[in-house]
Parts: sequence; structure tokens; C-alpha cells
Amino acid sequence: MSTSFGQLLSANHAAALGATLAARANRTGRGFVSGVYPITPSTECMELLCNQEIEKGRVVRVESEHSAMGVCIGGAASGARTFTTSSSNGIAFMAENMVAAALLRLPVVMVAANRTLGPPWNIWADHGDTLMLRDAGWIQLYCADNQEVLDSVLCAYRLAEDRRILLPALVCQEAFVLSHTMARTLVPTQEQVDRFLPPLDLPGRLGGTARIVGGLTAPHATEVHRAQHHEAMGRFFGVYREVQDRFEEVFGRRPADPVVPYRADDADVLVVSMGTIGSTVERAVDAAREKGIRLGGLRVRTFRPFPAELLAAAFRGRGRIAVVDRNVSLGFGGVLWGEARGLADPGAVVQGYMIGIGGGDVRPEHVLAIAEDLSSREAAGPPVLLEAGA
Amino acid sequence: MSEPLLRPGNGNCGGCGMSSAFQFLGRAREERPIQVVIPASCAAVAVGQFPYSAMGAPTILTTFGSAAAVATGMSHAGRLNGEGTRVVCWAGDGGTYDIGMASLSGAAERNEDILYVCYDNEIYGNTGGQRSSATPHGAATSNTLRGKVEQKKDILGIMAAHRIPYAASVSLAHPEDAIRKMRRALDLQGFRFLHVLAPCPTGWKSEPALGIELVRLAVRSGLFPVVEVVDGRRTTINVEPDFSEEALELYLSLQRRFQKSEIGAADLRPDIERHWRDLRARSGRIVPADREG
Repeated sequence: MSTSFGQLLSANHAAALGATLAARANRTGRGFVSGVYPITPSTECMELLCNQEIEKGRVVRVESEHSAMGVCIGGAASGARTFTTSSSNGIAFMAENMVAAALLRLPVVMVAANRTLGPPWNIWADHGDTLMLRDAGWIQLYCADNQEVLDSVLCAYRLAEDRRILLPALVCQEAFVLSHTMARTLVPTQEQVDRFLPPLDLPGRLGGTARIVGGLTAPHATEVHRAQHHEAMGRFFGVYREVQDRFEEVFGRRPADPVVPYRADDADVLVVSMGTIGSTVERAVDAAREKGIRLGGLRVRTFRPFPAELLAAAFRGRGRIAVVDRNVSLGFGGVLWGEARGLADPGAVVQGYMIGIGGGDVRPEHVLAIAEDLSSREAAGPPVLLEAGA
Repeated sequence: MSEPLLRPGNGNCGGCGMSSAFQFLGRAREERPIQVVIPASCAAVAVGQFPYSAMGAPTILTTFGSAAAVATGMSHAGRLNGEGTRVVCWAGDGGTYDIGMASLSGAAERNEDILYVCYDNEIYGNTGGQRSSATPHGAATSNTLRGKVEQKKDILGIMAAHRIPYAASVSLAHPEDAIRKMRRALDLQGFRFLHVLAPCPTGWKSEPALGIELVRLAVRSGLFPVVEVVDGRRTTINVEPDFSEEALELYLSLQRRFQKSEIGAADLRPDIERHWRDLRARSGRIVPADREG
């Protein structure tokens, strides 16, 4: 099936094939258990997964997102590899058990097809759904294309299951922009994935020993658990470099860095973003450079843990930085802006822009307008909420 | 089994019916390997504080409404690996009747290989005794001070209506019947549901030593029918009540939770009679067994 030219796949299908390969790779371990529930636009990922033959695997079609994550918790606690997918209000409904999966330190992998929260009901993209879970203790990776979605799913298992980390991981891809858009995608062979992903061996899994998973704790034990969780997040970037190396060894291509620069070294104006707006920024940068404007891009691929040091290094020497968020923290501004604005050099102008909410189509000309606005500013002002329109 | 399911040092109150139910299950399981799933409930508190455990079996604590879903994942993982472990949900009335109803109904409809035990003390014990759909008519709670005006949900009827392989009510005052049902439920495949009336001296405001006696009165009076339903169709009445006025009045007067509403046997009798007419029709016995010529 897979050729060196790849297959034409939507990101939903790329994610499902990535999950299937990872599932089969655990056939020599304790197998694969998944709970799934449909919601637009993640539905097709779930449907394809349900139609795959998975040796030693079971996909349970449950009655809600909350239970979908419940099934993953039960499967993972018993040492199985697990997967689910959801969007928007589905993620909101799943949230309680997402928090539980993280605090139980279970290596669940999930793909979010990012969709704005309702009501009013709108099925199109923004990052508000997964950013709502910013503090839930999950690894969060944001993707800019379909290949990155598939590769990130495989990397997510390797990261989540690493004994130095042991955390659930969320791979984010935007509604329709990626979820339903077909693009040429390289699908690795099972033999390659078997080499990349060793069987899961979860320490402390439920077995025959009388022990309690997730019992009551007093304040001090909770302080220790949170500290350990936070430290595991802190080990992520070191482990990620190893995962990149191993991935390149096995699959012959290197997964993107946690922060992806684009013609950023000499930029007068730097545009920081996440997800597919990152690739729109690249088009805008090329257009601006042709006119002699030194624009540069920075795409934040790993949002949790937050790559503060990498961003600070990339901001060094840059005087004007636009942070473009596809989300609104209502009453504050863009979430990424809030986290990135303190990392620039003293005196740098860091301005927040929010655009593309509810699927507004962000085009290179919007990015150029943002760059122009920032160039005309003496100092940063309150974050600006822009309308991209249909 | 030499080891009890609920070990000494657990956090339950004296006279707790759930403690007795745990020990019944501990006896019933014998050598059968089990794993226990406990949602937020008194049981979650009872099993002790990290890193200690009062449980004599591997146990996971879940969010309030997720016991049946988490058990689903465990059950599939066990099956995929050829393990004969029985996954047992151990949930209170709040986690079963109310917040856990959707995941419970879903798992039952899928006929997941799970034994779900609801120890029903008729109060949100863990949160301090609030009203629920398991609160009986006339009982005062911390947020219905004058007593609940509605009837209690028929949980066994609801679960049997899922046409699961086995649904039964368990009386702690009838240990032989109780252990037999627990064994049967442990050995069957598919979704099994047991409903245990668990006296709660703290919530019922009753004498701790009288718990088992109160269950006996609830059974005698017809308030708590002891029955089993196979495949959602074949209903068997296991214990025939005497429907005595005395038993019902005694049941109410020995618990201070029924005082505020001043509810009496006469207020409850019509509902009990209606429920028993339905049960008799479903069991195919219109006349009680002992009155048949």
C-alpha cells in the first residue's frame, strides 16, 4: 500500500493509520484498547480506526467522550496501549477524565481535531478546545500538516511511554484545514513502526497484586506527586531529541523541533504562531522578503511542556515580535501571547493578535497586515482581536 | 480465601453495611482473581490513604461517573491477554443511580464483561448525605430537610431492562442467598448487576448494631424486594415478604431520617403494593409461593 510517494490522506486518516500502526506494534505487549465516540470533525479518524484489523486490539464504541477516556484509563492502567480522538465540546465533556489520565500518569495518546467551542454551534477550527486543557498535565503538540500529524502520533507514543516521562500526549490538528484536507502522506511499514515503538511496559500497572491506583492522598503526598509530574514535563525536551534521532534512523526523516524557525535569524519582525497558521506565516514571509521586508516566522509545535528557553533564545536580538493566536482567553487575550510575551529582550515590542477564531480563514495577507501594524507601533498595546472572515 | 477483601484499618464507620457487603464478596470470590473499580464514594475513602491500602485486591479509584467505563477498558485488556480476572465495579448509589448512570447504561447495553455492584446506602455518604434519586420517599437529607417527596428510582428494573445476563438484589440479612448470587454473578460472563441495600448508621441516623435487622425489616415489609432477573426476562422472587405493618413501622421508626417528614407505613404501602403487583406479573407468580394450593 505505502510507496515512497506516499498516499493521499486527510489528517484524520493519517492519525488513524498512525494509531493503528502503534496499536499493532504492541501485539507482543499487552495489546491495544481504545474507547471512541464521534464528534465532527474528528469522526473520520475514529471511523477508520474502527475499520482496521488490529491483532490483540479492541476499539470500544462507547456512549460518550467522558467514557471514551474512561476506557482508555482502564486499558492503560492494565498496561495496554490506548488511543482516542475528539474535538471541541467533546473534549470539554471528556475533560474530567483527561485530567484523571494525566494525574494517574497514564501514557494515553489522543488526537484532537481542533474545533471552536459552542454554542452557537460552529464546526470550524480554533485552538480554544485544547488550550482549555493547558494546565491538565498533558503533553500538547500542534501540527502544521498531515505528515506531521502521523509522525507526531508515533512520536507521542514513544514520548508518553518513556519511563522518564509517563504522561498522556495530545496531538492537535485543526478542523478541516487539516482534518479533512487530503495531502500526500508517507505511511511507514509495520516493520518500521515495530522497530521504533517497543512494547509498552507500564510500571505499577494493575495486575494481580493488591495495590491501589489513584487512592486518597494528604497534602504533602499531593505536593510530591505534582512535583514529580512537573519534573517529568521538564525532562521532555531531552527525551524529545532522542526520539527525533531514533525516528530519523528508522523512518529516514526528522520530526520538527519543538520550536520551528522560518527565515528568523535576521528578521526585523518575527511572527510567532501555532498549528497551520505557522505555514501561512511561511508564505507571508516569502512574499515580504521578495519586497525586501525582513519578516521571519516561529512556529511553536510543543506547547506543553512550554519551550520557554527555546523561545527566549529565538527571541534574542529581535526587536518586534507579533504573537498570533488562534484562540481567545476571554478577558485576557491570546494564550500563546500570554506565555511568550515575557521571554523577549527588554525593550522589544511584543504585540498580541488573535485571528481565525471559529474557522476564520487566515491568509498570508492577514499576516502581512499584522507585520505592517507591528512595524508602525512605538510600543505594544492591548492584544488585538482581528476578523479574518469566511 | 484467607485474606479478607476489606482489611482491618479501613476507614468505614462502625455498622457500615458496605463493609459487610465487601466481606460477603470476599467470601464469595474464593480463589477467583478479581480487580476492583471504585468511583468517588464512601468506598473510595474506606480503602485508605496513599501509600496504604485496606483492599485485599488490585483496585483503581475513578472519577465519580466513570466506574463502568474504566472497568470496560480493564476487562478488554484482561481478555486480550487471556486472563480470567473478574473486573468488579464497587459503586455507591450516587455513582450508580445518578452521575454514573450514562456510563453504567452504556456498558450494560454493550454487555461488557463486568460485575457491577451497587452498595446502596440511599445517601450521598461521601459528600455528606444529600438528596439523590436513590433517596427513599420521606427521608430527610442535608439538602431536603423536610424529607424527599418523590419515590426512589427502580434501579434493578432499569438494569434488567437492559436485558443483561444477570441482575439481582442482595439482602445482607439473607447471607446464603447473598453469597449464592455473588458467586453466580462472579462466574457468569457479560454484564452482571447486583443491588445491595447497605445500612448506613451515619446517614440513616440509626443504631449501628441494628443494620442487619433494618435490612431484614425492609425485606419483610416488601420495601426491598429480594429478586433475581436472568436475561432481563426471567424474574424470580427469592424471599417472600410478610408485608407486615409492624415491620414497616419498625423500619421507619428505628431511623431518625424519617422523623421530619412524619411519613408512616400507610403512606408507603400503596407504592409497595403497586411495585409488588408488577414483580408478581413479571415473575409469572400472581399468588405468593406459600399460598399456592
